[in-house]
Amino acid sequence: MAKLELNDVTKQFGATTAVDRVSLTVGDGELVCLLGPSGSGKSTVLRMIGGFATPTSGAVLIDGEDVTGMPPERRPTGMVFQSHALWSHMNVFGNIAFGLKLRRLPRAEIERKVNAVLDLVGLEGYGGRRPHQLSGGQQQRVALARSLVLEPKILLLDEPFASLDQHLRERLREEVRDIQQRVGITTLFVTHGQDEALSISDRIVVMRDGRVEQVDRPDIVYRQPRTPFVAGFIGQMNLVEGEVHGGRLAAGGMNVVAPIADGPAMLAVRPEFLELEESRQPDAPVAHRVIDYGTHLMVDIELKDGTRLKAMTAPAEGWKAGQRLTLKPREIAVYRDGVVVHRGNVDAADTTPVAAHG
Amino acid sequence: MAATTLRRTETDWPGIAFSVLLTVVIIFPLLVVCTWAFANVWRFPNVIPQQFGLRYWHDTLARADVWNALWISIRLSVTVMPLKTIICLPAAYAFARLEFPFRNVLFFSFLAAHAFPKFGLLVAIAAIFLQLHLIGTFWGVVLIQLVGTLLFMIWIPVAAFQSVDRRMEEAARDVGAGPLRVFWSITLPQAGPTIAAAILLSFVGTFYETEGAWLIGAPAISTTPVLMISFINNQPVIQYGAVLSMILWIPSFIALMFARRVIGSGAFARGFGA
Repeated sequence: MAKLELNDVTKQFGATTAVDRVSLTVGDGELVCLLGPSGSGKSTVLRMIGGFATPTSGAVLIDGEDVTGMPPERRPTGMVFQSHALWSHMNVFGNIAFGLKLRRLPRAEIERKVNAVLDLVGLEGYGGRRPHQLSGGQQQRVALARSLVLEPKILLLDEPFASLDQHLRERLREEVRDIQQRVGITTLFVTHGQDEALSISDRIVVMRDGRVEQVDRPDIVYRQPRTPFVAGFIGQMNLVEGEVHGGRLAAGGMNVVAPIADGPAMLAVRPEFLELEESRQPDAPVAHRVIDYGTHLMVDIELKDGTRLKAMTAPAEGWKAGQRLTLKPREIAVYRDGVVVHRGNVDAADTTPVAAHG
Repeated sequence: MAATTLRRTETDWPGIAFSVLLTVVIIFPLLVVCTWAFANVWRFPNVIPQQFGLRYWHDTLARADVWNALWISIRLSVTVMPLKTIICLPAAYAFARLEFPFRNVLFFSFLAAHAFPKFGLLVAIAAIFLQLHLIGTFWGVVLIQLVGTLLFMIWIPVAAFQSVDRRMEEAARDVGAGPLRVFWSITLPQAGPTIAAAILLSFVGTFYETEGAWLIGAPAISTTPVLMISFINNQPVIQYGAVLSMILWIPSFIALMFARRVIGSGAFARGFGA
């Protein structure tokens, strides 16, 4: 098993900086997700670790050995591609055995290893099939088996489930997590799906414009996002611009304690921490749409200035579109200049229901 | 659903007309040549021959120049094809995958050779070959045939190499294959059917090429198609040309059968970028 280190890795394509001074350490047996929108540089980071792109500056180390200039075929990494990249002119056995044959292992040993890894990914008996005879999920398992059979020190997964449907994606990511934990392999997983990152990672690296915004455990990233970008990208978050005066922040019809200097600030409230009460004020926020998800209601609220917020409530509360509302946040974060400056629970006494602020 | 059923029952008259027209244009000349080859006697104004038979087949196949021309054509194709493959495939790979100065200009220069009247180009080449004492030699014809079908052997394999998913090659590098092994084990098999289609087209093009073979090879080197043209031009009996034409169908028929079995029609389409 292995430890992966990225030291100030930068990648430029002409005048464009795809990855900007990224440093990261992935511990032995850890599963770390690189999460970010398209163009955030996460796949480029993975390709640099795999040897398919060379950093403009910085270093990639595996178990302390500098592999920055090493070609992919000599790196102790295994990569699973989004498009599966199975070789259609070989059957499943041929795909998995190819790397073993290159290592000149005896035929019996190759057969034993291929069968063992097929068993591991739940595809025993599929060795004779051609890739086109497999479903998308099965193809992805073969791609995973092809990497795992070589027992790499680092497993790299580049959006491996992006081409699969939601149901299969959920099932496969749990299977991958199980396999990763069973084998204990250090894994780096690229995704733009927050659910995927939250559900299987030991840690999440949130990337934006080639830079790392936050590296933390999934629960920390969700509950204590350091920047408004992370707050908005992970889960749903109501972000409302407001103004601090005398230790209170007024934003979007809410007025909460914010012990920071006066000036503009951004209020962040998760929908599940936004409680609603009926209001009689004519200019109070209005329930624009109410969606019943069975387990909860998602109330789409429109403020006086047209800003939209979301509140998650119990179905029993029975909110209806058109109702006037008072917004009562329970847990808030306050951001100023792109960083969090205050975070806390809001007692009822802290909240002044000024519905007309909008 | 009802609308779909209704649409299915409609007769596609333009499609039928187009198919009939194509059939007439392609099949009718072949039918005429075939009839002439087996006609012992066919005089105007009769619509069909007065007498069918194999008389002219015996006469044609008894000629030494026919067998000599066939042997030259086969030797020529068998020599040209490997040479063309060795020269063109690495070039096609370079055009498809590598960046180098004047890449696009060079790539389009292969097309340019076909953009001008071919005979003018051949005459210019013949002038050079004359100085090099290549006129009337087997290797002179080999060289001119190499130029002739370069377009097929560059453009189609370039499209084939470009259509190979780079991720497949990267996956091979990832499991430990070096660049040469990746080319041999992944790129070539993936591009294989389309390249085979290009080789086939090129083979057929070489086998049936006449202008270059005549201009450079005459009088010592006479390929089967050149002999067929001389039969048609110089013989008052049409049947000699028709029989030779039928004989010339055999290699292309075998090649097309092979293509249908091994390559599949999709490879041709992919070669042209579909």
